Parts: sequence; structure tokens; C-alpha cells
Amino acid sequence: MRKNLNVIAAYSIMMVLILMVGIFQSWNIALSIFNLCLISAVMTMGANIQWGYAGLINFGIMGYTALGGLAAVLISVDPVQEAWRAGGFDILMALWLIVVMVLVIRFILKRFEKSKIRTYSIAAIIISGILLIRFSAEPGIEAIEAVDPAKTGFLGGFGLPIIFSWIVGALFAGGLAFIVGKVALGLRADYLAIATLLISEIVIAIIKHEDWLTRGVKNVIGLKRPAPYEVDLQTTDWFIKLVEKFNSGKLSVIENLADRQAALNQLVIEGSSVFVKLCYSGLFLVVVIVLLILTQKALYSPWGRMMRAIRDNEEAANAMGKNVVKQHLLIFILGSAIVGIAGAMLVTQDGLFTPGSYRPMRYTFLIWVMVIVGGSGNNFGAILGGFVVWFLWIEAAPISLFLINFFTVGIPETNALKAHLIESVPYFRFLLMGLGLLFIMRYRPKGILPEKIEIK
Amino acid sequence: MDFINAIILLLNYIFIPALTYGSQLALGAIFVTLIYGILRFANFATGDMMSFGTMATILFTWYFQSLGVSLGVLPTALLAIPFGIIFMILYMLLIDKFVFKYYRHQKSPPVQFAMVSIGVMFVTQAVVRIIIGPGDRRFFDGEKFIIKAREFKEMTGLNEGLALKSTQVITIFVTIVLVSLLFWFLNRTKTGKSMKAYSDNEDLALLSGIDPKKIVLVTWIIAGILATIGGVLYGLDKSFKPFTYFNNMLPIFAAAIVGGIGNPFGAFLGGYVIAFSEILLTYAYKKFFMYILPESMEPNSLVQLLSTDYKFAVSFSILVIVLIYRPSGIFKGKVL
Repeated sequence: MRKNLNVIAAYSIMMVLILMVGIFQSWNIALSIFNLCLISAVMTMGANIQWGYAGLINFGIMGYTALGGLAAVLISVDPVQEAWRAGGFDILMALWLIVVMVLVIRFILKRFEKSKIRTYSIAAIIISGILLIRFSAEPGIEAIEAVDPAKTGFLGGFGLPIIFSWIVGALFAGGLAFIVGKVALGLRADYLAIATLLISEIVIAIIKHEDWLTRGVKNVIGLKRPAPYEVDLQTTDWFIKLVEKFNSGKLSVIENLADRQAALNQLVIEGSSVFVKLCYSGLFLVVVIVLLILTQKALYSPWGRMMRAIRDNEEAANAMGKNVVKQHLLIFILGSAIVGIAGAMLVTQDGLFTPGSYRPMRYTFLIWVMVIVGGSGNNFGAILGGFVVWFLWIEAAPISLFLINFFTVGIPETNALKAHLIESVPYFRFLLMGLGLLFIMRYRPKGILPEKIEIK
Repeated sequence: MDFINAIILLLNYIFIPALTYGSQLALGAIFVTLIYGILRFANFATGDMMSFGTMATILFTWYFQSLGVSLGVLPTALLAIPFGIIFMILYMLLIDKFVFKYYRHQKSPPVQFAMVSIGVMFVTQAVVRIIIGPGDRRFFDGEKFIIKAREFKEMTGLNEGLALKSTQVITIFVTIVLVSLLFWFLNRTKTGKSMKAYSDNEDLALLSGIDPKKIVLVTWIIAGILATIGGVLYGLDKSFKPFTYFNNMLPIFAAAIVGGIGNPFGAFLGGYVIAFSEILLTYAYKKFFMYILPESMEPNSLVQLLSTDYKFAVSFSILVIVLIYRPSGIFKGKVL
């Protein structure tokens, strides 16, 4: 118990902070911060598995998040029959061509010795294959995108409950990680960082511009929800009764019946959105706890010990007969798959998929700040990092506004410098993040909750 | 005649824009490569440092404009560049003193440096946005065109016009001058040679009495000059927006690595490799083929290999391929 005192203290402070937001700002804001903290926690757990357990640097988190989001769209949206009729065949043909191309390349790689001719012929196959696929799929894609472009213009999905997409998102992200890992994991650490960053940009470019699949920058809105809708709740009897019961003290003070009804209506509207957010919190909490249990078990298993051995001394681990390449690939896939889950969760919560919003600042570098600040190698630390950093990211603007007003209290509102500072309040969050990262790296390089390995 | 038209078309839409864009990338790539070769880390704050230098230059440009000082047909920004450079260098030295120096003395691994540079990236981004705001800013003044498309058509009687913007000429000219000076410095002067020695083998260089503090100082000064001028040229040619500069970091990295990281000449060429392949692969060749092919064979489609949306993706794919098959770069790395 004593050993875990700092963990408990850190988490209690975090919870108190969120509760304070609930009391002083509103419960809606507090819960939406809390939900995004949970999603960030899932992402940081993914990144932490790669960086903390194995020392692999993955700057491609944005790409896996976006793939998870894509999974949410492909699973939950109803299929657009018309689009399938218009161009489904062409798309399937193109997919088939891709499979054939990959198989041919595999065959060549297996069958022939490594030589210049082999390399050039593979390059030729890839280039001509891409051209062939592009020109053969073109009419199909145009036909699909022409189907009611204001509403659909894409193939749609499978029309399944969106919750399944959390698993499918993990599969998508894991699949991409398999390809990326096969190709790039041999690189030195900083090259790997750059390569993964650029690959994730390529993924985003594809998601943004392949409208037949994702609707691109036109966004997909109104995804199905795993939680009830506010409008339905507001007309449901048991929910109104519940709100009445919760607020019976407040309501009984109001004498006038009509006023009381109006107050109740207001409470029900507020309560419904809080209730929906609570549903999401419950779902996300389950995911976080399950993942936490699994990752903790893995960390203390023989496999976890082996990963740390590989991280700390690759050559020695290799000499002990551990397959470093294979384990690196495995952990790269696992970590990315977890990030994929988070991506799907994010889209599920928002109810919309906006490819234009995936930016490396928010989805790669911020997650890295979370991992470093929280404590790499320690799952509790990573989750705490997700909470702390997201909380500061959201609350940075109000805090800096308060500070600016505090320090410039004597200066009139019309002062140009003060007005300029107040106008640029949203950008203080970057400053806060950067300074936070620099200070942690300098004075507490292992993070708030450092890695602690108990040998049992 | 059609053949000349086709050539002019390519010059106008591919060659000159790619040369300009490539020059801008090349300056950034040399900046990345110098930092990598001598200070030994991948600087993720590259794009934002460039935007800081550009911001300082823009502020001075506005100041000069308010004083009524101008260079006539040339943009006022050229006058403001030296002042921008001074501020950029001061900022870089400040960051080096408070951030990077500690890790250099600790002999931290490159990954830790990269993480720290991410912190610097966040801070710089905040500073730039707080001072000048996140919006799009144009600060070009002076004569816009050297040759206008219409004038060219009238002059030569061709169908295709060739437009030559003054920013394009300025960019290419400044790049050539700056890069020649830089290579002269690196190859001919004592300080340049000691920088090379330091990059090749730190311990040996220290043994032979090279002062590491001086090397680091000179590196940041050169980096400041390159970052500011590269950023200002890009801003003059297109426009200044902090977010675009952050994004430009990626093709700049691509150029530096394709050219062989640590090798300034490779980075210089790498900039053009990236720029030309981006533009060549995403240009629609329909009009070109209409000129050179007989009428019966004219293409119906746009004859575009990739849509322009994938412009960035092209350079990243090139980079990924180079990283996998030739991690030392096309022109062999680490020979600063």
C-alpha cells in the first residue's frame, strides 16, 4: 500500500481537479474532459507499450487513430446500395488486382535470388500495377462519387452496431502496423520516428482524398450511437422521474406548479446530455480497465521481462536466443492496435468522422507529451499522463486568461498589448505543453510516475 | 512551333515552379542536415524555427514600410532579412543555452534530443502564434512579374505564355549565392574544416584542439541564416502561415534524408529531387501531349499520374523507399 502511495495521490488530485471543473464550470464540461481523458489514456497505453516496453519510437499515432475512425464509419454506416450497383464491381476488381499484384511480388521474392534485375522488375510491376488499377477503377470511382454527392457519394459500410468497430479498428491499425513494421522497424531510432511520421501523413492523405471510401473532407456525420439519444431521453418517463428524484430538494422549493414544470424541463434537458456522457464514460472506463489489466499482466509476465531485456540491451537479448525482430514487430502491432481502438472510440463519441481534423500536433505529438510526462514504461503513469495533459490542454485557455487578467489588472482593457494577449489566449496551450515537456524532460526524465519494476 | 509551345508549357508549369520550390526546400534541408551532422539530432522544430525567422522579418518589413523605406521594385523584406536573421540567431542561441546544451553535456541519445526538440517545437509554435497570430499573411511588395504571360505571347507569337515571377528569380538567385558561400565556407575556411572534422569524429576533433563551443555557435549562426532566408523566400513566393511552415518540415526532412543526412550538398540536391518528383508526378500532361502528338492521338483524360492531392504523399513515399533501400541517402550521408 505504501509503495503505491504516489500513484493514489496523483490520481486523487486528478479526480479532484475534474470534480472542481464539474462544480465551478459545469458537469457537461467535466464529463467531456473526462471522456477524452479516457480516450487519451487508451492512446497513451498504446504508445507506452511501444516506447516504454520496447523502446520503439512511433510517430505515426495519428495514422492509426484515423484508421480506427475509418473502421467506425465502415462498420456502422448503412451500405449505399445505389453506389454499390454503380461502381462496386470496379472497386472489387481493383481490390482483386491489388491482391494479385501482392501475390506476384511475393512469388518473385521467394522464387528468385536477390539481384538488380529482381529489384527493377518488382519496381516495374508496382508502377504498372498502380497505373493499371488507377485507370481501371477510375470510372467506378467517378460513378460512386456521383451518387447523391451531397449525402452519400461513397460506398457506405456494413450497417452493424458501432461498438464492433472498436475491434475492427484495432484490426485495421494492427494490419497497417504489420506492413509498416515489416518495412521500417530495421531503421535507427530517429529515422524510424521520421519514417512513421511520414507514413501516417500518407495514410491521412489517402483517407482525405479517396472519397469513394471515406467521403473525404466532406465528412461523415450522424453515425449511430451505442448510447441513447438526448431527444429520446427527454421524452422517456423513467428518465424524467429519475431527474425529478435527484433534484427533489431543489424542485420542492418552487411553489408555482408551472414554474416547477419549467424548471424540471430545464433540468431534464441538462440531465439528458450528462446522462449520455455518463454512458460513454462507462463504456470507455470498461475499455481502459480491461486494457490496463491486460497490459499490467503482460508487463510482469516472462514476455514483459523479455521485452525489457530487449529494450535495455538488444544485442545481449539476441545472444540469449530471443528473436528481436519478431518481438519488435509483435509489439509494434499490439501498440498500434490499441491506438486503433482509441481512434474508433473517438469517432464513436463524436458521432462524426472528419478526416481534415487529423493533424500531427494533436494526434501524434500531444500523445507523446502525455507518455513522456506521465512516465514511460509505467501503465499507471501513461494513463495519468493522458489525464493531466488533456486536462491542461483544455483548461490552458481559461487558466492563461485568468493569469493575464491577474498580471495586467492595472492596465485598462483598451491597451493594445493586453487586447492582443487576450486575443491569443488559445495558443498558450502550446506554450504550456512545450514548457511542461521541457521541464519534465530536464528535471524528472522518467515522468511523474516513473517506471518501477518489482522483481517478484 | 508546337514543339516549342510544349517546351514553354513545361518550363512554365513544371521547371520554374519546381526549381523555386526546390530551392526553398534545399535551404531548409541544409539547415536540418547541419544540425544533424554537428549537433547530432533530428530537429523536429525545423519548420517552426523557420516560421520564427520569417515572423521576425515580417515585423521588420512592416516597420520599414511604416517608415516609408523601400527597395523600389524589389520587396522590402529583402532589406529586413538581416534583422530577422539576428533575431533568429538570438532565439536559437537562447534555446541552445537553456535546452539543448544540458543534453549535449549529458551525451544523451539522439532520441532524447528529438523529444526535446518537440518541446521546442511546441514553444516556438506558441511564440509565433501569440506574436503574429495563426492567420495567412502576405508581405510581398514591389514588382510582381518580370515577364507576364501575355507580354511573352505578344513578344514571341507563341500560343503558350511564360510567366516569370520576380519572387521566383529572387529565390533562385539568393539560393545560388547563399549555397555557394556556404560551401566555400565549409570547404575553404579553417572554421568550416573544423566543423567537418567535428562532424566526422568528435573525439579526434576535440583532441586536435578544436573548440566545441565555437563549433556549436557557428553551427547555430549558419542555421539561423539558412532558416530565416529559406522561410522568407517561401513566404514571399507563397504566403506566411505558421501551420504551413510546420507542415513544410516534412518535405524538408524528406529532402535532407534523400540527399543523405549529414551531407549538405546531398541535402541541396535532395531539395530539388523532392520538388521535381512532386510536381512531375502530379502534373496533368494533357496539354503537353496535345502539342506534341498528332491530332488523331490526342488523349481524352488528363494524363495525370496522381491527383495533386497526393503531392506531399509523393515526397514521403520517395523518402520511405530511400530509407528502406538506401538509408544513407542517394548521395551517401555523413560526409559534411
